[in-house]
Amino acid sequence: MEDLVLQTVSLLASTVRLAVPLILCALAGLFAERSGVVDIGLEGKMLAGAFAAASVAFWLQSAWAGLAAAMLVSIAFALVHGFACITHRGNQVVAGMALNVLAVGLTAVLAFAWFQEGGKTPALADAARFRPLQLPFVAEISTVPVLGTIYARLLSGHNALVYLTAALVPLVAFVVFRTRFGLRLRAVGENPHAVDTAGISVARLRYQAMLASGALCGIAGAYLSTAQSASFLREMTAGKGFLALAALIFGKWMPIPTLFACLLFAFADALQGRLQGVALPGIGVVPVQAIQALPYLLTILLLAGFVGKAHAPRASGIPYSKEK
Amino acid sequence: MKNTALALGFAAALVAAPAFAQTAPAVMFDVGGKFDRSFNQAAFEGAERFKRETGQQYAEFEIRNTAEREQAIRNLARRGASVVVAVGFSNRAAVEIVAKEFPDVKFTLIDSVVDLPNVQSITFREHEGSFLVGMAAAMASKTAKVGFVGGMDIPLIRKFAKGYEEGAKHVNPQIDVIQNMTGTTPAAFADPTRGGELARGQFDRGVDVVYAAAGATGLGVYQAAKDANRLAIGVDSNQNHLHPGTMLTSMIKRVDVAVYNAMSDARKGTWKAGATSLGLKEEGVGYAIDANNRALVTADMERRINEARDAIIAGRLQVTDVTAQR
Repeated sequence: MEDLVLQTVSLLASTVRLAVPLILCALAGLFAERSGVVDIGLEGKMLAGAFAAASVAFWLQSAWAGLAAAMLVSIAFALVHGFACITHRGNQVVAGMALNVLAVGLTAVLAFAWFQEGGKTPALADAARFRPLQLPFVAEISTVPVLGTIYARLLSGHNALVYLTAALVPLVAFVVFRTRFGLRLRAVGENPHAVDTAGISVARLRYQAMLASGALCGIAGAYLSTAQSASFLREMTAGKGFLALAALIFGKWMPIPTLFACLLFAFADALQGRLQGVALPGIGVVPVQAIQALPYLLTILLLAGFVGKAHAPRASGIPYSKEK
Repeated sequence: MKNTALALGFAAALVAAPAFAQTAPAVMFDVGGKFDRSFNQAAFEGAERFKRETGQQYAEFEIRNTAEREQAIRNLARRGASVVVAVGFSNRAAVEIVAKEFPDVKFTLIDSVVDLPNVQSITFREHEGSFLVGMAAAMASKTAKVGFVGGMDIPLIRKFAKGYEEGAKHVNPQIDVIQNMTGTTPAAFADPTRGGELARGQFDRGVDVVYAAAGATGLGVYQAAKDANRLAIGVDSNQNHLHPGTMLTSMIKRVDVAVYNAMSDARKGTWKAGATSLGLKEEGVGYAIDANNRALVTADMERRINEARDAIIAGRLQVTDVTAQR
């Protein structure tokens, strides 16, 4: 019994660790898309942030300096995106894709030039990483059956960025649905003409959304390179930005459903590592290949069948011009 | 017209440029890159040693995706390399095709076998080296649970896993060996995040020594072991220096020696086609003891491992080679 609890809790803790970059990116995408900018560049911003975090954390031996650098670099990328498709009304998807390609190439080239480790950054010492934190009273409570295990292994023992992410989800929900800025943000994604008529700058609102998107992607990048791993590696985002985008659609552009979509994807990912070689009751040992396809199968099934009709913010993807 | 002339000139320059390479060897690294601190890096070090000792440059290519293999090998062959060293089992099909196209060019394939008159195939008996580190793992484990994280799920990696398991069971027949494969594509050799997550999953199941045979993915496994205060075993290169105190030992596979020998034999004219297998007997595989892990390997452990090594060399102890059974 206790072993089963331990296994379940360990699986869920793994889910949390894997979900963090997805959640941060999905929230970033939520800001951008709610304002009417399709943000396919999440992946590139996250990758650039991961590289900036690992480099600066290595030079200054500080994880927090790395985080700040990641957010700045990622915001710079977001502003380039904004400049192309808000100021100059370029195609949002093409501009986002260009950012992704740029990030892949630029990070590898700079990493090679600066560190000569073939596109990696040097391994970070513990002091330059986000290390697991222990919540208070862990030692006392961990002896309590079930609840103690849950507290000690699932709630405690994550790094600062995990707790930051947990706090950001309700914060984003509050900002988007309970503040004046949020109302305007949603309005500009649905009907920018109405917002413009009310005397509010569409471009300014969309730029603000891009700033938020950049900052969040930067945190996601820092998490990948300075919390989850201990260095930057070429293309280490491995499609997480796109998976976050899928979660955002699956979550119908709402913060809480998006959170659960991210957790579901992460759970499937965590599960596949643990099901390998384990005999399931009634089925026996499932082939590795079938288990590894699980997250993708789940994604297709859910998006095809269960999500229902997801309608995007109406003005999403359309550059705004006053004349039309 | 002017453009055509320019283009022709450019093309001529491209053809003429590699003239220096007439006698230079070439090496092609696999996915994971030459700085993976593991398999490819061992090959890189062999090539560097050749350059240092002979003063001769070598051509190199690092592929970024599997579609580039054939083209890359063909390019190296066309430029007249003295020998094209293709590092990694995934190059088997590409070497087979290109070696037929260039019957006068020498090819050395590492980790797989192509039976052609101009191909030298070098394989390693990784199961023998893995057996020894499996013994080390079992003797160091306090929980009687040891783990294995493989890269891509292929017979070659299963060979590591089986040898490791047999070595662990040789010490303690009741021991639990928990195995994970990272993926089913070559990208599984370059995914440290997933490697770390798989290792953590094993630690939660009670594993306290983990062996990674997964190229750059292993870096994530070792980091996770360090973070969780467990022991890890490196692979291919001597990886003991990565995390002193965490790395119990490394299963060394002398890819560097294989690459060096291929290059210098081609230079000396003693290069021969055919298949060679390197194991404990030829010192092609082994386990690493140095200042970084001296404190972790006790004299008793070392004695028992060396006994087993001698028994394997003498043929008194058999280690299963899963790739030979098919």
